Amino acid sequence: MTENHLLALSNDIIQRALAAGASDAECTISEGEEFTANVRMRELENLKEAGSSAAGLRILIGKKTGSSYTSDLTPEGIEMLVRQAIELAAITTEDPHAGLPEREELGSCAGDLKLYSEDVEGLETAHKVKLAQRAEEAALSADPRITNSEGASFDSYLSRHVFANSRGFADEYRSSYCSIATAPVARDGDSMERDSWDTSSRRFGSLEEPEVVGRIAASRALRRLNARKVETQKVPVVFEPRTARSLLDHICDAVHGMAIYRHESFLAGKLGEKIASENLTIVDDATMPGLFGSSPFDDEGVPSRRTMVIERGVLKSYLLNTYAARKLGMKTTGNASRGLTGNAGIGHGNFYAEKGVQSPEQMIAGIANGFYVTELIGFGVNIVTGDYSRGAAGLWIRDGELAYAVSEVTIAGNLAEMLQGIETIGSDLEFRGSIAAPTIKMGEMTVGGK
Amino acid sequence: MRFSDSIFASRFQITRQDLESYLAEALSQGGDYADLYFEYLLTSSIGLDESMVKSAAQGVSMGVGIRVISGERTGYAYSDNLTPERVKKAAKTAACIANGPSKTDQVDLREGPGHNLYPVLVAPTETAFAERVELVKRADRAARAYDSRIFQVQAAYADNLRHVMVATSEGVLTLDRQPMSRLSVSTLARENGGMPQRGHSGGGGRVELDYFLKEKTPEHFASEAAREAIAMLASVEAPAGEMTVVLGPGWPGILLHEAVGHGLEADFNRKGVSAFSGRMGQKVASELCTVIDDGTMTSRRGSLNVDDEGHPTQRNVLIENGVLRGYLQDKLSSTLLNTESTGSGRRESYAHIPMPRMTNTFMLAGESDPGDIIRSVPRGLYCANFGGGQVDITSGNFVFSASESYLIEDGKLTRPVRNATLIGNGPEALKYVSMVGNDLKLDEGIGVCGKEGQSVPVGVGIPTIRIDKMTVGGTA
Repeated sequence: MTENHLLALSNDIIQRALAAGASDAECTISEGEEFTANVRMRELENLKEAGSSAAGLRILIGKKTGSSYTSDLTPEGIEMLVRQAIELAAITTEDPHAGLPEREELGSCAGDLKLYSEDVEGLETAHKVKLAQRAEEAALSADPRITNSEGASFDSYLSRHVFANSRGFADEYRSSYCSIATAPVARDGDSMERDSWDTSSRRFGSLEEPEVVGRIAASRALRRLNARKVETQKVPVVFEPRTARSLLDHICDAVHGMAIYRHESFLAGKLGEKIASENLTIVDDATMPGLFGSSPFDDEGVPSRRTMVIERGVLKSYLLNTYAARKLGMKTTGNASRGLTGNAGIGHGNFYAEKGVQSPEQMIAGIANGFYVTELIGFGVNIVTGDYSRGAAGLWIRDGELAYAVSEVTIAGNLAEMLQGIETIGSDLEFRGSIAAPTIKMGEMTVGGK
Repeated sequence: MRFSDSIFASRFQITRQDLESYLAEALSQGGDYADLYFEYLLTSSIGLDESMVKSAAQGVSMGVGIRVISGERTGYAYSDNLTPERVKKAAKTAACIANGPSKTDQVDLREGPGHNLYPVLVAPTETAFAERVELVKRADRAARAYDSRIFQVQAAYADNLRHVMVATSEGVLTLDRQPMSRLSVSTLARENGGMPQRGHSGGGGRVELDYFLKEKTPEHFASEAAREAIAMLASVEAPAGEMTVVLGPGWPGILLHEAVGHGLEADFNRKGVSAFSGRMGQKVASELCTVIDDGTMTSRRGSLNVDDEGHPTQRNVLIENGVLRGYLQDKLSSTLLNTESTGSGRRESYAHIPMPRMTNTFMLAGESDPGDIIRSVPRGLYCANFGGGQVDITSGNFVFSASESYLIEDGKLTRPVRNATLIGNGPEALKYVSMVGNDLKLDEGIGVCGKEGQSVPVGVGIPTIRIDKMTVGGTA
């Protein structure tokens, strides 16, 4: 379908909703094409290729709301979409804070965000399979202890996102994504460990060489071999960028406007207070060209922007959509996010910690006895209380060096104390996803082991 | 259900000849096997927050996924448009995984066997919204009435009705109508302006709406969610390090799901990447442990009449008296391993390739009195309820997070402790099971299992068990 067709369809859906009795309406249409090639042990394993499209509608009748979605974009499907949303407004409650953004808040940020790259289109299947094979081959041939593999993949996704509302907003953007990933398995005696690495970009031409991906994946799996379980103790903990990102995930959840107005976050009511070490500055910026967290407008049609969330340890802003902003007596920060259906939730743009000056090696060099965390598993984080307890694996730091692998342990603390206890932020910030962090060193956490 | 009565025949005018021609197209390049998975899914959801019904949504998604297997290779394509041209195009795309002349004669479809595990006449999705919205309102009132320290209540009700049709190149045609519903309540309690604590409860299954009016009412889930939040107000720091752990009955069965279930999925074992690979017939748990995965339990969240490859579900013994007995097999892995499918092929939707998954996973009851189990522990941790869990299949390390647990001191439950993660190693952890209670309980119907980006509903269950050694990830 062409862009004009989908924009016209979204405007048509809005008009039909208004004609059916809605006082306001907003419509999202998404269209996507996905491709995946998996290889394993040098052979092609899966090929998947398909396209899909669907529409979502949310309407208001006064201060009552109803939502619907459909993957059936035929006239009958659209008629049902409108009827279903209107029907639901009868069962929801009058909510004084419900409603679309004001007209003057709507718009798209100017300039080319470079979200779409044509070089992801029309790549030969054989070429994409070959890239995955090269990544896996590099991992398999890196070391005799790489004995097996969960495979390698090439993935791409092309999409078009359309949003329109009854207050005059109608816009769309395309985005592209591609990645190469591999997950080798290392074995030494009874010890077997898997790890993975990937490269991803909105531009095919910006992907790293598959051999680099394979070699890094292999070295990550190898360094986990023959892991020990350490004694339970309190030590400094260093999060490598991949695990440090998860700390930002938790901070992002804790500054989420919905959690704030419900008092469901340990950061509720802390605006303007020093909630973290001075070393920590966190920014949410959806206007950075080419990055995964960028978009010209949010899922309510409000322009994307840069928001200072934590500045030198002081909480400066929550992440808000229109609803949470109204509940808190504030203005939206352009962070509305939703799938096809339902009320807008809250998401993030490129949510990252600003880099410091020390290299990871310098950070580790100063530690006599500590834990360098390379993997975290589980869901043991409570945003209400800040209680933090997760399964961890990584490397033990002894006299300033990475000494041996550690697994089957936990790390625990409380996020409020952990944020204050950040001693150093590394210089190694890379945007590998929409949440990004350099290496982060905490003064002390409890490692649970033997 | 007969083909002619299905929504696919009646509403979309799909004929047996259409299905046969799609299968022929899928195998036209020499594939060994093909299947078609048609799905028509209706969903609805209602959300309450601050005593207001703030959201209500409903929708339709439909499509067909076409899979072609050629040796160890799988080609997959899907379409969200069920017109013959689009389905044929998807079949052509999937067919290209093979490269040669067609090896297959005309497929003659006949309706295959299946169970009737959820005889739901009117699915909740087909009832009036006015009835369903009462569930969240009742839950809100009950949670607030439970205790004046409860200051926030969120209640969410969601249901769906999935119409499924699977046609395979082996000539099997199966149809199913899969209802599902779930009510969940979460609360926040606070005392004297102190730190709030959260409580959560929920459940449901493949049931009629009546289930929430007669068996597990909104008041039941609300008071459970409120009770947990209030109990946690008095919580102290969790201990850290190895200790004796007692798991309460029901949802703590997630231990089995993480510690052994995933590691026994045949795809990981076929590839030799699971910590359980090559351990068939070996002792992987204490002899008190018998672990079952059963997709045939009436009305349960993890049950299916046929799996998502059209194979009837069954009761599979995974571990018998501590000895590893079986893997969970789907079509591809069982073909390559030269064995039978165990009815464990599942997928999230038509847009996803099926793989071996769990259904309802539980441990059989033992002989110990639950009270005696707690009394036997001088110092340890009793876990009454959990959040989620996760496993690293290859190393076998798994975690699960206790959302409500208590210290055991001198054989008695004493103080509640704050959230803590427990960690263990799959093939080792269950060797330390020294007592198994006579109180097997299944969870109330809330589990969602994620694997390789696909989510499916599952159930778990366990009696009270004592594990002599496990690492608790607290701070004290």
